[in-house]
Amino acid sequence: MQIDWLSFTPIPSLVGGMILGVAAALYVLLHGRILGISGIVSGLLHPKQGDWTWRLSLALGLLSAPFFAALFFGILPVVEVDAEWVSVIIAGLLVGFGAQYGSGCTSGHGICGLSRLSPRSLVATLSFMTAGFLVVFIIRHLF
Amino acid sequence: MKKHFSLFSQYAIGILFGWGLIISGMSNPQKILSFLDIAGLWDPSLLFVMGGAVLVGLAGFYLAGKRSEAFFGGALHIPTRRDISRPLVIGSFIFGAGWGIAGFCPGPAIVALGAGHLKALVFVIAMFAGMAICERYFTAHRKQV
Repeated sequence: MQIDWLSFTPIPSLVGGMILGVAAALYVLLHGRILGISGIVSGLLHPKQGDWTWRLSLALGLLSAPFFAALFFGILPVVEVDAEWVSVIIAGLLVGFGAQYGSGCTSGHGICGLSRLSPRSLVATLSFMTAGFLVVFIIRHLF
Repeated sequence: MKKHFSLFSQYAIGILFGWGLIISGMSNPQKILSFLDIAGLWDPSLLFVMGGAVLVGLAGFYLAGKRSEAFFGGALHIPTRRDISRPLVIGSFIFGAGWGIAGFCPGPAIVALGAGHLKALVFVIAMFAGMAICERYFTAHRKQV
């Protein structure tokens, strides 16, 4: 194992992570829910009276985050996608299916689940991390 | 009035969460893949993201555990299941595989879409399709975390 010191960003990552924690904490205290992005946005697929606008508001907040980050702090998000178009589609299908079938994603299981010491979320997090490590190893080192 | 405040709060927390993803580097798929590539040049930054988030989250959920009602009203919707089920493990494995292919997970993909990245748009559309397929054929009446 070799550490990529040039890309390593411990301070911004820690600060950004703490902001994620603050958002998740505010969300459960104010709205009484788990800030799990996949669960929240998947509900947009079947609009129900009284169960749609709050989901949309949260999603619109995520969408406008880069705009306000640029406006207030002059920060433009770095987004580098090396995957080919076909891979992006396959990845999206797997992520959507998996999050739905496994009842959560990196935010719901990873951040919120670990924060509330949920054994289910710990197992889910270990599972998706293991799969992520394996797939990247296969793609980058076996082919 | 309270309803409008509540919706605005949803929006504001969405922005805050998005900022966290941008500042931490999570919104960059390349950085995610560098974290997942333990056999190559490894970027451990994501451990610090998770560490920071869980540190603050622990306090938040501890406080929430002492309350029975949310600030904007209604009971707390905290999952109570504790069983380690097959769908939980299989679904998470599938999720992780997709995560490792492109480096996108749902939150960062939506943020990247907001920043105008076409591949993020395609990813998000495919993600919704994946969710719809799962709901239609596998989990017709189950609730999400």
